Amino acid sequence: MPDTPLHLGVLLDGAGRHPAAWREPGTRPAELLTAGYWADLVAEAEHGLLDLVAVDDSLGLQSADPFASDDRTDQVRGRLDASMLASRIAPLTAHVGILPTVVVTHTEPFHVSTTIATLDYVSSGRGGVQVRVAARPDDAALFGRRTIPTDRDELLRELFGEAADAVEVIRRLWDSWEDDAIIRDAATGRFIDRDRLHYIDFEGPHFSVRGPSITPRPPQGQPIVAALAHRAEPFALVGTSCDLGFVTPRDAADARQIVASIREAQAGAGREAETVHVWADLTVVLDDDASAARDRLARLDATDPLTDDARVFAGSPTELADLLDDLRGAGLTGFRLRPAVLPDDLRQVTRGLVPELQRRGLFRAAYEASTLRGLLGLPRPADRYATTAGSAR
Amino acid sequence: MSRRQMHLAAHFPGVNNTTVWSEPESGSQIEFSSFAHMARTAERAKFDFMFLAEGLRLREQNGAVYDLDVVGRPDNAAILAAVAAVTERLGLAATISSTFNEPYEVARRLASIDHLSGGRAAWNVVTSWDKFTGENFRRGGYLAQGDRYLRATQFLDTVMTLLDSWHGDEIVADKASAAFLRDGDAGRFDVHVDQFDIRGRFSVPRSPQGRPVVLQAGDSDEGREFAAAGADAIFTRHGSLEAGQAFYADVKRRLAAHGRTEDQLKILPATTFALGDTQAEAEERGREIRRQQVSGQTALRFLEQVWNRDLSHLDPDGPLPEIDPLVVDADTPRVSQGRAADRMYRDPLATAREWRERAAAHNLSIRDLMTEVTSRQSFVGTPQAVAEEMERFVDQRASDGFILVPHITPTGLDEFADKVVPILQERGSFRADYTGTTLRDHLGLAPLDTHAKV
Repeated sequence: MPDTPLHLGVLLDGAGRHPAAWREPGTRPAELLTAGYWADLVAEAEHGLLDLVAVDDSLGLQSADPFASDDRTDQVRGRLDASMLASRIAPLTAHVGILPTVVVTHTEPFHVSTTIATLDYVSSGRGGVQVRVAARPDDAALFGRRTIPTDRDELLRELFGEAADAVEVIRRLWDSWEDDAIIRDAATGRFIDRDRLHYIDFEGPHFSVRGPSITPRPPQGQPIVAALAHRAEPFALVGTSCDLGFVTPRDAADARQIVASIREAQAGAGREAETVHVWADLTVVLDDDASAARDRLARLDATDPLTDDARVFAGSPTELADLLDDLRGAGLTGFRLRPAVLPDDLRQVTRGLVPELQRRGLFRAAYEASTLRGLLGLPRPADRYATTAGSAR
Repeated sequence: MSRRQMHLAAHFPGVNNTTVWSEPESGSQIEFSSFAHMARTAERAKFDFMFLAEGLRLREQNGAVYDLDVVGRPDNAAILAAVAAVTERLGLAATISSTFNEPYEVARRLASIDHLSGGRAAWNVVTSWDKFTGENFRRGGYLAQGDRYLRATQFLDTVMTLLDSWHGDEIVADKASAAFLRDGDAGRFDVHVDQFDIRGRFSVPRSPQGRPVVLQAGDSDEGREFAAAGADAIFTRHGSLEAGQAFYADVKRRLAAHGRTEDQLKILPATTFALGDTQAEAEERGREIRRQQVSGQTALRFLEQVWNRDLSHLDPDGPLPEIDPLVVDADTPRVSQGRAADRMYRDPLATAREWRERAAAHNLSIRDLMTEVTSRQSFVGTPQAVAEEMERFVDQRASDGFILVPHITPTGLDEFADKVVPILQERGSFRADYTGTTLRDHLGLAPLDTHAKV
């Protein structure tokens, strides 16, 4: 079990969460598509003993408008596929978890499953995925295979239902090879014991998947599945299907309500005995001098204002530690910080906030596990098919 | 130097009987360390690229998952992205189906790998064909033979349209003037063809190579035409010098009609090898490897693939069966599913006749015959002899190089790299070091016009 009372991750995207970040003196906006840029950021996160780095992604090109594309030229545009980036940086690190965002509507759950299983292999058990839905008509047009309902409630029900189905398929495929399926039995000439491979036979409105996976069960058995959640449908997805939910509470009272919603869904799915983490996302602008941090945010906002779904915090690492300690009391088990400017605010997290939390006994002094599940205090799960019938023969 | 240069690639050992898994030195087919080992060996030997095959459903025979060969592979694109972290120059070739993917996703992955490897990505475009594999995917279903190449052609063209939607000069990232992009419409695309109806803006700016190197593996007339129209290299299976020369001449002849020159399409046959200190030792080793590759059980399974019947009751050391192969139409499931070779024997009755005559003439058992017809190594001999023979294939226009298929994971390339490559380098037929950084550089392909139109 983990010896850290509080878990910490960071969300990495472009030059930082703030739209004006790329114009700051320390950023490297011309290098956002190079492996070296990301290698440096992930090394910094690992230096700070963080549980994980999440790599943001979307299907379409970035846009300042959450509901449509735009034609702005004064913000970062263009990004790499997060799952490819995650695999590229995994061999360069040894401890930190790596969580690419992957859109699971439109795409093939079979490919998502093998891609994340492969990430888990190349990271020796530090892989996971943040599943995301793509709700915009212009996202659908990139694939051209379906139309998107115009009624927003119907849309969200459909998309989160599809996401839940996708997670179910992804997880079943990870379990479709039992851990000891590869036997290399020279005496009988058999490489595998096919009784330990399983069809998953999932049938749903958007896809049916037969299985088994082409990829053996990944090192963690089940890599971490996470989702960002702002309302009822994704709260349910986190409670029923995920190991980790990222939420965006305004304050401790709001956090308490959100956690209760997720716990309710978790219980409804019969998962009371399992650990489901709920972390709050916070966008952070940090400086040793709190007023300097607030001045910096004001300056950034004057250049190009930030509108964020998560609470924006500007202040000192000490003040942020106070806030995290307070929010922790609302039932949150950790935080995913979104550095406003990279690498500046990431370094403030790893070299300012982390030592402060360590002084308070709230954060680990060394990595205590070699897998992401281990860091999150999750056991390696038994294979769901290990004792059941229905083998692939 | 005047000697004709060859290209060399390494095929990571696959999931068929070529790969011997029962030897003590046979390692994991799935751990990253195996991929890293073979990639480092290939890079140490200055190879052009490493190649990964793909299969999106586990093979089955007689209604059960096929268990005699290596089973289980990673996602190609993800494993190659990781291999990019432990290599600096080696090309990285992923086989990715054009049937069970959408162009937007494939273009994103390929452009991302090309960025993350500094211009070393390659894509082997394959068409899948069967409802069997489709059961793992949204699209499901089956494409008729004619539609497979239509879809493949339109898929390839569409991916290229997406990749070409950025020209490489859009990102200025000028902090002072607040201009990140030069053009607010960068990445715009609009494709309306039979198979795809998509529009929007592509999210990955132009990568170092612009487009990945395109490989193609089909051998049919349509496959050759597809390659002549748009591929940079062909992965062939023509073993003999004469067959190789005929294929080479045929494919190169097709290029002019597409406005291309002969050096724009490299022909690279799959190649196996057995080395020894003497010719006799190499031949003995070759025989031993073939014996491991074709066990009695494996021989029966091969025979079933042609006969399309369950023949598990037969003795592999006995004669061929009296009964004829069961001939079915293309839509009827066969005893073997998920193998490209299942439909290779277009006339199984003729194959059976030929094999019966051959078995009778030489008094061959099922296993003897299957060993003869399936798995003889391409090159058997001392390192010197193998090097000279490979040069002969290249000099006499049977190939532009080779894709080596080792039989052991992950160390099967080591001996070739240590013993044969230095001889080729000494003789001036293979590079002593990389002269460029991208895979296009290694293959001698000119950089692309960044404003090219498909």
